[in-house]
Amino acid sequence: MKIYDMPDREGHFGPYGGTFVSETLIAAIDELKRQYLRFRDDPEFQEEFAYELKHYVGRPSPIYHARRLSESLGGAQIYLKREDLNHTGAHKINNTVGQAMLARRMGKQRVIAETGAGQHGVATATVAARYGMECVVYMGSEDVRRQAQNVYRMKLLGARVVPVESGSKTLKDALNEAMRDWVTNVQDTFYIIGTVAGPHPYPMMVRDFNAVVGRECLVQMPEMAGRQPDVVLACVGGGSNAMGIFHSYIPHESVRLMGVEAGGEGVASGHHAASLVAGTPGVLHGNRTYLLQDANGQIIETHSISAGLDYPGVGPEHAWLKDTGRAEYVAITDDEALNAFHTLCRMEGIIPALESSHALAQAMKMAPAMKRDQILLVNLSGRGDKDMATVAERSGIRL
Amino acid sequence: MSRISATFEKLAQERRKALIPFFTAGDPSLHQCVPTMQAMVAGGADLIELGIPFSDPMADGPTIQRASERALKQGVSLSDVLDAVSRFRQSDVATPVVLMGYANPIERMGRELFAERCAEAGVDGVLVVDYPPDEARALGALLSPRNIDSIFLLSPTSTDERIKEIAAMSTGYIYYVSLRGVTGASNIDVADVARQIARIKAVARVPVGVGFGIRDDATARALSAVADAIVVGSRIVEEIETSSESQAPAAVGALINRFRQAMDADR
Ligand SMILES: Cc1ncc(COP(=O)(O)O)c(C=O)c1O
Repeated sequence: MKIYDMPDREGHFGPYGGTFVSETLIAAIDELKRQYLRFRDDPEFQEEFAYELKHYVGRPSPIYHARRLSESLGGAQIYLKREDLNHTGAHKINNTVGQAMLARRMGKQRVIAETGAGQHGVATATVAARYGMECVVYMGSEDVRRQAQNVYRMKLLGARVVPVESGSKTLKDALNEAMRDWVTNVQDTFYIIGTVAGPHPYPMMVRDFNAVVGRECLVQMPEMAGRQPDVVLACVGGGSNAMGIFHSYIPHESVRLMGVEAGGEGVASGHHAASLVAGTPGVLHGNRTYLLQDANGQIIETHSISAGLDYPGVGPEHAWLKDTGRAEYVAITDDEALNAFHTLCRMEGIIPALESSHALAQAMKMAPAMKRDQILLVNLSGRGDKDMATVAERSGIRL
Repeated sequence: MSRISATFEKLAQERRKALIPFFTAGDPSLHQCVPTMQAMVAGGADLIELGIPFSDPMADGPTIQRASERALKQGVSLSDVLDAVSRFRQSDVATPVVLMGYANPIERMGRELFAERCAEAGVDGVLVVDYPPDEARALGALLSPRNIDSIFLLSPTSTDERIKEIAAMSTGYIYYVSLRGVTGASNIDVADVARQIARIKAVARVPVGVGFGIRDDATARALSAVADAIVVGSRIVEEIETSSESQAPAAVGALINRFRQAMDADR
């Protein structure tokens, strides 16, 4: 087994990652890096984190063998890592608990976040309520419309939701706006980024907090199935649930890692959010990574049925895993994801998030051509309650 | 000597401070870019900072974001910005032009080609807002043989160590960001800025300018007592925003002239 210890001290994953921010943020980022590196190795911090994950989040999340689904496909066995059963309904809470604990130790009374689908916003509002912190969530006005239920949930939890009207009015613009807030209020504010993107140390830190997912799988899979999976699959927006489940498996070279991006209306249509599959390297949101951009280096608008995958960049560690070939990346269209969504509802009694449905759809594509004793492990990153309106609308139903 | 250093030297002899207006190339239109630059010079500008439009200007407030959006709506590219500088040079070989922007459009063009085209166009300095020192050094290595300066930002939160590092890398001038926040904010504290500039000047080898949040003659006048240059950005962009396309250069020229007079009043 090869040792994997990315990133380097400056936050580089090969040519990717780094700290591409204006001077006004450097001091805040240096301070965050120092504090995180200190608590990363602090047994007291890690003990409290483990306690919170167990008693507040509800970990470990189970792995479920989707027997009926596997049977119907007639090939590989599909197992689901049930992050949808976490408190607040997605993997996002793993990270917000960790960052909120850090914010408390740094004496910050105010937390801010960006959100796309609203899951990270809800997870941030949740921990802010739990720790008695002020919370402001930036959300593209287009997403505010698409994810009205989550907006209300955040408000119930005491957060202020600020609709962002600039640019494409989606996740990337919410991130820009949150950064601007941070620059202005850096003394008392902690910025809880929701995915493995942003400047160093965020990609590493968010990955570390989510890595519990893969660590659990390493133990659970042999218990359940007698061995590790052949393939681990996860959807990739910014890439936090994917890095969470991939990280422990990177040294296990016989396990294929597969990231599934949003293919929207098809990669050829241009209406998608598949940065790794169809993008080119560039610099956005504080790091170098694959981006969807035009010939002049302007970031282009993305499309996906799932707001959580609707992002033109991707975490820099995925860019590195792609270039080195350690992970493969594919795209699944809106229609394929919807089909997987409906199939899981009816065959297993589980309503998955549209984001997670992308990973599931890829597993369903691969399973029939594989042997019955082979195993596909899908990170079911979230539950689909938030997506009721979107799915109903697609079927011509007004709720 | 670079055009920027020559400009500052001449100003120092005249005991005057540099007035540096900023606007985004292509706002209100590409067609008005050179006329706006010329009007700025006529109004009393000593050096022009020309913004490269970008879709995700993370360090800018709403005013300059909108300027970028207006330029991008017309499809203005980095290549167009460089062409505009070339055209400006046909009528003005004295006024330095500094390009200010974000890394991605430059990386997309390629650093080598960018440096070459800057030299051809007559660009005098480059400020990449989101480049960390290592990346800036790599770009600087391509710019300095072409006699193009590398301009850097310092902020109220910059540590002594950071100030030293940036001061050692800076050529042309250093741009001190006068407040915590994005461009266009207006909570400037003159006494604090004076203290910070003194701290920077203690280690800097080049002149130190100040910007972000300078919106009126009085602030410009007060700050020109402590800094070598005054950068005015959002206020100019607002003037462009509220003028008709054809009137924008004249309106900007008049505004700059007011700043100029305020700055020179105590001379
Ligand atoms: C359930 C779920 N899965 C996945 C994602 C995508 O984020 P990431 O790629 O960081 O896991 C989101 C984002 O909102 C989400 O809500």
